[in-house]
Amino acid sequence: MFTRGRWDKTIDMRDFINRNYKPYDGDESFLCEPTLRTKKLWKKCLRLFKKEHESGGVYDIDVSTVSTITSHKPGYIDKNLEIIKGLQTDKPLKRAIKPLGGIRIVEKACEDYGYELDNKIKEIYLKYRKTHNDAVFDSYTTDILRARGTGLITGLPDNYSRGRIIGDYRRVALYGIEKLIKAKKHDKELFEDYSSQEAIRLREEIADQIGALEDIVELGKSYSCDLNRPAENAKEAIQWVYLAYLAAIKEQDGAAMSLGSVSNFFDVYIERDLKLGILTEEKAQELIDDFVIKLRMVRHLRPKSYSEIFAGDPIWITESIAGVGIDGRHKVTKTSYRFLQTLFNLGPAPEPNLTVLWSSRLPDNFKRFCASVSIATSSIQYENDDLMRLIGGDDYSISCCVSLLKNGSEMQYFGARCNLAKVLLYALNEGRDEITGEKVVPGIPPVSSDILDHDEVRQRFMQVLRWTVRTYVEALNIIHSVHDMYYYERSQMALLNTELTRYMAFGIAGLSVVADSLSAIRYAKVRLVRNNKGLTTDFKITGDFYTFGNDDDRVDGRAVDLVTTFLSEIKKYKFYRDSLPAVSILTITSNVMYGKKTGATPDGRKKGEPFAPGANPMHGRDKNGVVASLNSVASIPYSECRDGISNTFTTVPDTLGKTKEEQASNLVGLLEGYFIKGAQHLNANVIDKKTLKDAMRHPHKYPQLTIRVSGYAVHFNKLSLEQQKEVLARTFHEIM
Amino acid sequence: MKSCKSKPRVGRIHSIESFATQDGPGIRFLVFMQGCTAGCLYCQNPDTWNLKAGFDMSAEEVLKKVKRCMPYIKASNGGITVSGGEPLLQIEFLIELFRLCKINNIHTAVDTSAFYNNHDKKLLQKLISLTGLFILDIKAGHETLHKKITSRSLCEVIDFLNILESEKKPYWLRYVLVPKLNDSKKDMQALKKILSGLAYCEKFEFLPYHTLGKHKWECMKLKYPLRNTPPASLQDIERAQLVLNK
Repeated sequence: MFTRGRWDKTIDMRDFINRNYKPYDGDESFLCEPTLRTKKLWKKCLRLFKKEHESGGVYDIDVSTVSTITSHKPGYIDKNLEIIKGLQTDKPLKRAIKPLGGIRIVEKACEDYGYELDNKIKEIYLKYRKTHNDAVFDSYTTDILRARGTGLITGLPDNYSRGRIIGDYRRVALYGIEKLIKAKKHDKELFEDYSSQEAIRLREEIADQIGALEDIVELGKSYSCDLNRPAENAKEAIQWVYLAYLAAIKEQDGAAMSLGSVSNFFDVYIERDLKLGILTEEKAQELIDDFVIKLRMVRHLRPKSYSEIFAGDPIWITESIAGVGIDGRHKVTKTSYRFLQTLFNLGPAPEPNLTVLWSSRLPDNFKRFCASVSIATSSIQYENDDLMRLIGGDDYSISCCVSLLKNGSEMQYFGARCNLAKVLLYALNEGRDEITGEKVVPGIPPVSSDILDHDEVRQRFMQVLRWTVRTYVEALNIIHSVHDMYYYERSQMALLNTELTRYMAFGIAGLSVVADSLSAIRYAKVRLVRNNKGLTTDFKITGDFYTFGNDDDRVDGRAVDLVTTFLSEIKKYKFYRDSLPAVSILTITSNVMYGKKTGATPDGRKKGEPFAPGANPMHGRDKNGVVASLNSVASIPYSECRDGISNTFTTVPDTLGKTKEEQASNLVGLLEGYFIKGAQHLNANVIDKKTLKDAMRHPHKYPQLTIRVSGYAVHFNKLSLEQQKEVLARTFHEIM
Repeated sequence: MKSCKSKPRVGRIHSIESFATQDGPGIRFLVFMQGCTAGCLYCQNPDTWNLKAGFDMSAEEVLKKVKRCMPYIKASNGGITVSGGEPLLQIEFLIELFRLCKINNIHTAVDTSAFYNNHDKKLLQKLISLTGLFILDIKAGHETLHKKITSRSLCEVIDFLNILESEKKPYWLRYVLVPKLNDSKKDMQALKKILSGLAYCEKFEFLPYHTLGKHKWECMKLKYPLRNTPPASLQDIERAQLVLNK
């Protein structure tokens, strides 16, 4: 009954969806509320979440079973109520151990929550089986260790799994695993005649992939699903996709484990079943609700320190919705609506990380609906499809927060970020760390005067940057070659093409701090204050200077120049497995931690004060309102930051307009304008400060209060006090 | 405003807000002009009174800034709104700015208390012809109360209303509702009388009095006249609306 095409003969998900999906122009009036069953099941989950919160954030840990695709017996929240089946372990919210990333980190995580890791497992991974973490540190250079030690480069995936890879989970449902194994076997044969290192490695990797596919079949069997064959209806399509995703998160605990773009794939099956009369709208919504409940139950075991960089237990089950096809048809379907509807049916939540691929050509009904969902829940992020389609085509997904990956044919090597503010401070301190005094970067001469000269600072800055970039590239090359060897993502890679485009992702933290600092040095008078060790402790600024966030090229241009320079320095190098370099401006929640570890900066930011998140202007320095602030961020060229430019915008409902309709239509106007200006990403928070303050005092009153931080959403209650304060200190766009 | 007359293309500006939503339709680029002589009791922007404070900007410079915001403005059917201060005090600048806006197809609005010092009717006529929408503040429905709230006369507002009516110019009317100052039944009835005869008033709204401007008075070492007045509540607004609707 599906329209046949190329997809029928070879693996081509895009072709299947394009031939079979039905764009939907109507409004949200067809949507259904949750069924009694959904409400009952969700209530049970909420009770579990409460218990989890009360026991310090972790409900239970299985300390004696190493998690693999088939390691655990089937688990249920309530077997009779569930429609889409499958949990990571045999019990809901019970976290599993995945020691291949690093045994010490697993041990620490268990300890942090009052558990003790099984001795036998400890012994295996300390004595007999090297982990990713050990291998990386065996390979690191002393330069990398220094840069890492002072926090010049931080958050590297060297003691946790890198994540960011999105398996094309849809393949399992459309083709069934038997066909996928056949295709992989065929791929393997193509390399039989070569004995190059790459061919040897690929043969071994494909063998691993096939093993994973066989294991996924086993996983399916344990839940009475025959994944060898294609899914036959909507319920099976969702179940098959979920089990494929479940396999990935059972074996990998990568920082971001994104889902891809499954909604329109589901829509094809749902529309068919509705037409056949074997499904009703109510039941269709129930399927999506149930799927989303499952996604909200996903947990990884992390040590407490992990939340410094990624607060609030995020998984980044990013699901990309809508966008426009190359053929000109928009990709809004009824299931795009059904996914957003879960935020009402189940209440707001960070997961899945619902991401709307915005285009000015999306239907007005959908734009307005998205805006009203944002106003009600603050749970959506928006990304510019008109911009990304140019490089990503029309079957891509967002990985993590802002990283574009073509479905099935691209992957990335995640590389955290470098602290650009520290680069600047090292330039003023002869390459020494401004806090510890430790010499990190060799060969940096002292600045000639305590009153800073722009050209001189800029020159020293470039010297430090060159050293930093070189060290950063070395670190990522090491991490990823080792990760491929010791913690290979076999189940996700099995669902990607064998031939892949790979990206090496670099990141910048503190962009607005440095842009403002350089502006201060250029336009005002900045005098160094040094301590007895000769380290800068503060800066005395006389006169005014332009600050990033006011739509002023005199400083915005400096930010643009910084990212351009950063990328061109990176491009000088060769990357592991011929990957292509990509830069992001994204901090997750680490802007607080980065700030804490960074001394005072020449823009007037005091020692320890948080950076702005992502590419945001510094708090309170955007003085000309929302649009000017957005324009500054939009001026940063996506072409230089292909891995994404994150901006988090927070406003109070009244500022958007008087009535609900006005608020929605003005938010649509903001999004439309921002993306026409060439921006890539926006987190939209519409929330009262009062609510947040009250939530700090009475967290129990707001169990589901969700707020978007840099590139993802969190439950406000899961942030540390410091992080909560930082959210409140951010620029809330409100007009008096 | 002598300086403005000799250099009509330069405006004395208090500040700029690139995103406003309540001062005209859609997303508005808001320009706060410097200078006002009314001295209203509940003024929330006393920092705009001084005619000499603020900074200069030419109409072209303002337009350049607005143009950078056009995608937002177009997408929401918005425009530029000039507020203040009393923007009519710099009418030559307004005319020049709006002339440029008209050429560039940008919707324009003026948020004014109609306190127009210069009796050059020709200039006013010119401005009206260039302006898309007037947003008019009315402080009170009868002269005694009006005089109590502001130094100006209600006649000026009525005159202005009459001009807009005779020019068939659409406008919005706004009334800041202050508890125990201008919210009595009698006040509402007087207001109703004025409203009853208006044909081109597209929208009337109460603005609830709030105390957010208070700290500005204190910053300027001025005594805030409404120290003991609470902000208007939603109920206050509803009550006033009820009388008005009767």
